[in-house]
Amino acid sequence: MYKLEVNNIIKNFASRRVLRKVSFSLQTGDSLAVVGKNGSGKTTLLKVIAGLIRASKGTVAYSGPNGKLSRDELQSSLSYVGPEMTLYDALTAEENLKFFATMRGLAWHLEESDKLLSKMGLNGRGRDKYGAYSSGMKQRLKCAVALLNEPHYLFLDEPTSNLDEDGKQIVGDIIERQKENGILIIATNEQKEYGLAEKLYQLDD
Amino acid sequence: MPKNSISLMTKAFAVLKKDMQCEFRTRYALNAIMLFGITTLTVVSFSVGQKNLPAEVHAALFWIIIFFSAMSGLAQVFIREEEAKTSTVLRLTASPTAVYIGKLTFNLFLLFFLELIISPLFILMTDVEVRNILLLATVLALGAIGLAGATTLIAAIISKSGAKGALFSVLSFPILLPLLMGAIKATTVAFSDTGGGFSDVSSELQLLISYGVIMITASLLLFEYVWEE
Repeated sequence: MYKLEVNNIIKNFASRRVLRKVSFSLQTGDSLAVVGKNGSGKTTLLKVIAGLIRASKGTVAYSGPNGKLSRDELQSSLSYVGPEMTLYDALTAEENLKFFATMRGLAWHLEESDKLLSKMGLNGRGRDKYGAYSSGMKQRLKCAVALLNEPHYLFLDEPTSNLDEDGKQIVGDIIERQKENGILIIATNEQKEYGLAEKLYQLDD
Repeated sequence: MPKNSISLMTKAFAVLKKDMQCEFRTRYALNAIMLFGITTLTVVSFSVGQKNLPAEVHAALFWIIIFFSAMSGLAQVFIREEEAKTSTVLRLTASPTAVYIGKLTFNLFLLFFLELIISPLFILMTDVEVRNILLLATVLALGAIGLAGATTLIAAIISKSGAKGALFSVLSFPILLPLLMGAIKATTVAFSDTGGGFSDVSSELQLLISYGVIMITASLLLFEYVWEE
């Protein structure tokens, strides 16, 4: 059983307070939709939880079956997909997958990569450069990279942005699988996506 | 995918390979350092090429060209990650030590390549006579290790700031000053008519070795804090 506890997170940017005492706890099988208007702090909250930026105050605690997760354990069990992150434009999709699989300490096989690309609707496009992909295809490949390590914690920021109906279906499948096997947090301002998660956290302006 | 016990050095090599692939396909850093190096070298050779200058002046001019050419390209290794917004996913997936070792090795290769092109051209265009080529090669290798060791960490620090290029040179210069002084003195002996050997510059060589070891060790210890905002 994996757990995530977010306690009284406050985040200030200069004099502006973006997050005001955000607290919740989740465990394996839980899913949470973080909702709010533009600028309400959804992306900031996800980044704080993922450890990409530091909170001004408050704590984020991760634990697994053997207690508190070490830095390496957390790195190998957490994935994040956000609109402001990109993969390497100059590398092909396969090269990107191989690089991030190695970084995560995973054995990389071409067949696995083909299977993953096919699951994301990118079959036959593995040798194309990421920079030559459309924005929707880039979003699909970012999801593929996030799924490489079969994460216990999956954080998706605006996961369906730039995606067509097929792409949204693929993301929907990812979300359903994650809800069964791990912890999922989605940040969205699409009302249609509120129902993708079982719990809702509303951020104030 | 199945988990595998992939060593730190394998991960560092993957970072190096990825940077090499990106560099050969885009040539940002290579173009920057070679353009700067060749331009500066041409200006130097036109202004002092035919004059019989003392070895000290030749050595100083040589290291000025290497230093400023390096300044124009070495920071790219982190600036490119920040500007292309690939640093987020790299931070999430890679160990900071693997990232530092990979980037340091990439910068070392870049410097060795720069020195390999600039050194023979400098000798050819300024008519300087190298009396001890082995000493010059040793100083170039140690100088590159020290330069890469210090500038890789500084590149990571400045990559998140606004005025990246200017800040890189401003921060690097005082830190690199001892290295440059030692390298210039040792290069002077390699260029000098008296043809001095390793024993004449033992203190300078010790300085260059210690500088490289200290900078790389300190950077390995500090990089994690710089890398994770």
